[in-house]
Amino acid sequence: MFQIVKKRILNPSVTWMEVTAPHIARKVRAGQFIIFRVDEHGERVPLTVADSNPDAGTITLIFQIVGCSTMKLNALQEGDSILDLVGPLGLPTELPEAAKKICVIGGGVGCAIAYPQAKMFHKAGLDVDVIAGFRSKEIVILEEEFKQNCSELILCTDNGSYGRKGFVTNALQDRIDAGISYDTVIAIGPILMMKSVCELTKKYQIPTIVSLDPIMVDGTGMCGGCRVTVGGKIRYACVEGPDFDGHQVDFDELIRRNGVFREREKECRMMQLADNKS
Amino acid sequence: MPNMSKYKTPVPEQNPEVRARNFEEVTLGYTEELALAEAARCLNCPSKPCVSGCPVGVRIPEFIKKITEQDYAGAYEIIHSTNALPAVCGRVCPQERQCESRCVRAKNGEAVGIGRLERFIADLHQDKDQHDAIIKKTDSNHHKIAVVGGGPAGLTCAGDLAKLGYEVTIFEAFHVAGGVLMYGIPEFRLPKAIVQQEIENLKSLGVTILTNMVVGKVFSIDELIEQGFEAVFIGSGAGLPRFMGIEGEALVGVCSANEYLTRINLMKGYREDYDTPVLQSKSVAVVGGGNVAMDGARSALRMGAEHVYIIYRRSELEMPARKEEIHHAKEEGVEFLTLQNPVKILGDENGRVSGIVCQKMELGEPDASGRRSPVPIENSEYELPVDTVIMAIGTSPNPLIRTTTQGLEANQRGCLLVNESMMTTKQGVYAGGDAVTGAATVILAMGAGKSAAKSIHEYIQKKGK
Ligand SMILES: Cc1cc2nc3c(=O)[nH]c(=O)nc-3n(C[C@H](O)[C@H](O)[C@H](O)COP(=O)(O)OP(=O)(O)OC[C@H]3O[C@@H](n4cnc5c(N)ncnc54)[C@H](O)[C@@H]3O)c2cc1C
Ligand SMILES: Cc1cc2nc3c(=O)[nH]c(=O)nc-3n(C[C@H](O)[C@H](O)[C@H](O)COP(=O)(O)OP(=O)(O)OC[C@H]3O[C@@H](n4cnc5c(N)ncnc54)[C@H](O)[C@@H]3O)c2cc1C
Ligand code: FES
Repeated sequence: MFQIVKKRILNPSVTWMEVTAPHIARKVRAGQFIIFRVDEHGERVPLTVADSNPDAGTITLIFQIVGCSTMKLNALQEGDSILDLVGPLGLPTELPEAAKKICVIGGGVGCAIAYPQAKMFHKAGLDVDVIAGFRSKEIVILEEEFKQNCSELILCTDNGSYGRKGFVTNALQDRIDAGISYDTVIAIGPILMMKSVCELTKKYQIPTIVSLDPIMVDGTGMCGGCRVTVGGKIRYACVEGPDFDGHQVDFDELIRRNGVFREREKECRMMQLADNKS
Repeated sequence: MPNMSKYKTPVPEQNPEVRARNFEEVTLGYTEELALAEAARCLNCPSKPCVSGCPVGVRIPEFIKKITEQDYAGAYEIIHSTNALPAVCGRVCPQERQCESRCVRAKNGEAVGIGRLERFIADLHQDKDQHDAIIKKTDSNHHKIAVVGGGPAGLTCAGDLAKLGYEVTIFEAFHVAGGVLMYGIPEFRLPKAIVQQEIENLKSLGVTILTNMVVGKVFSIDELIEQGFEAVFIGSGAGLPRFMGIEGEALVGVCSANEYLTRINLMKGYREDYDTPVLQSKSVAVVGGGNVAMDGARSALRMGAEHVYIIYRRSELEMPARKEEIHHAKEEGVEFLTLQNPVKILGDENGRVSGIVCQKMELGEPDASGRRSPVPIENSEYELPVDTVIMAIGTSPNPLIRTTTQGLEANQRGCLLVNESMMTTKQGVYAGGDAVTGAATVILAMGAGKSAAKSIHEYIQKKGK
């Protein structure tokens, strides 16, 4: 059992949790994830480890409440426990070779996944700019955390209620137009956002790394459910990723494959809503 | 007075039409009366050919004799002394190729139903108190051994070492131990409660099981040794699914049998009260001819599919599945398309599977495996409309441990190399089961776990001197 020691509501649909998991805290590196199962009836669902504290034996999870499992997780309070938590899974993020100036782009809750990477690059002495995009001001997360771990933070909102108005791709275009040249771009967020960023960076031939989030079961390479097509080859995101060369990823296929259980997920979500109310 | 019937005493089964739609156990097992009748068919031959057919050497005629004497506890003790998972083996061993294939009675009629009798005795002792009354815990010898993987190989190795007094800890990647017995083989063939009971029995022998532990990620093998484990046994199985590499495998509706079965068995996707989603299919093509393919096909029927096809490139004769599974699958309505091979999977405008193109085959010369190899017939392609394709064409060992452990060597297929005492190329690290042989059987994995336990015991004793 893995106890929740602290819980914070970052915005109405994003929750921050610090969970006791000493073995994972000791070993985890930026870019790796865990798989949790809330209770006996729950699914196995992956979440990135946003931060870790090896001394306290805790890890931090930041998740968006999108469906049944994240609703169940969010229903737990400080002092409660998660039944199963396995990790660290996936390959750690690598420092891009010979990169000096890089841009980390996060979209929505993708910022939670982008944050540990920005922090690691910043600590390694790279010049890191962060572009963080949200729909509107109320749902901005991790602003302070990013500020402390980058050279410049560009916040943008779709509706202009905070920071630059527009999408992260508009902000990146600004930077490129202003003559700033990045050795590498890291883009993490909704699949369509990553796809748009990659279309833009391809034009300027900026190497781009994305973090993929296909549906997973075991997270150890034994089901093949997480397979994605990268450069025309099948790759297992749980063991060979989740980071991949964005210019090689078949995003449309990933979008289709992530929709495979949409009907059943909807049912589960409705049932969970009813459960939480009663 | 031996029962001279040429045929095995039939075992009660659920009616095929009914059972094809539920997940309850297909074979109901012998009653006492039926078991006594079948036990009386054993001639108790002095040469015991059956025992030599058993990879763990169960003393078959002896336990059957105990049954005829109605000394069921005695029978259990005999079985359990060499086989830690009798309730499992009685259900899933390919007896027709092992013990029963050597039975004298098979020369003129059917072999004695050894598997059925084993199951009868094991089921009688499922109750924990009954088990504990017969099988006793050994005092600790204070030597710590780590076992990686809680499948049949790991469980057997752990059990045998615990019986010798070792303090054994199993590190299991999933949230429950059992390996394929939990995630692969379906409930209707091997009820999960039975597997868990066998695991509970191991715990009463003093074995510690740590779940959610992916060795190679959370701890490396070297770190386990640093933690004070004096020897390590790797029984991590062969869980990596293969795909065919044909067009259309990334379509929505194509999955590995591992994923399909894991969702259903381990994650209980067939039950309404569990959150796990499973593909909802009308027409399913399962590619392959082994136990995995049969399990996938029969599960698909139970999940509500109207048509389920087994597509296999050789003929039924070459199918590696247990005979009983093929027979059960047919009874339940699975359609067999043998001597056919998929060449392409078709999709609709939404990227979902709409059909599979198969090519017909004929049998040519025997290949390296001794089976006649299939040769494609030109221009024989045709299209089979399906909405789901389940790939059950084999698995290979997971590279996770090998790639994170220095000094651990494997062959080209990724199987760990071991010497005759099951030691890997790394001192003090042993391996066995599917991780060494590639996908094989429960009993072979158990046999490997057993010999490794024996070697580890010798290794520790030598080290102590
Ligand atoms: C390696 C990895 C790391 C991840 N890290 C995080 C993280 O740190 N924080 C976080 O909030 N989420 C993260 N995710 C995504 C998270 O696992 C999914 O959102 C998960 O499906 C939620 O489960 P659920 O049961 O609550 O929702 P579901 O019922 O599974 O899905 C709800 C809705 O989201 C859609 N959906 C399903 N899967 C995904 C997906 N993978 N991505 C986007 N939408 C999806 C469904 O179509 C559905 O409409 C990660 C995923 C992966 C693979
Ligand atoms: C669907 C299906 C049906 C089958 N039917 C039959 C049958 O009827 N009869 C028969 O005899 N055989 C059958 N088999 C084959 C049989 O189940 C296997 O040969 C047997 O289970 C192998 O045992 P094992 O202990 O070597 O590996 P497994 O049973 O695969 O167990 C390995 C265990 O190790 C764990 N593991 C893997 N990597 C790690 C790691 N890095 N760290 C920690 N733990 C790890 C896994 O999670 C798993 O629990 C079937 C197989 C399948 C898939
Ligand atoms: S999640 Fe099963 S193989 Fe990646």
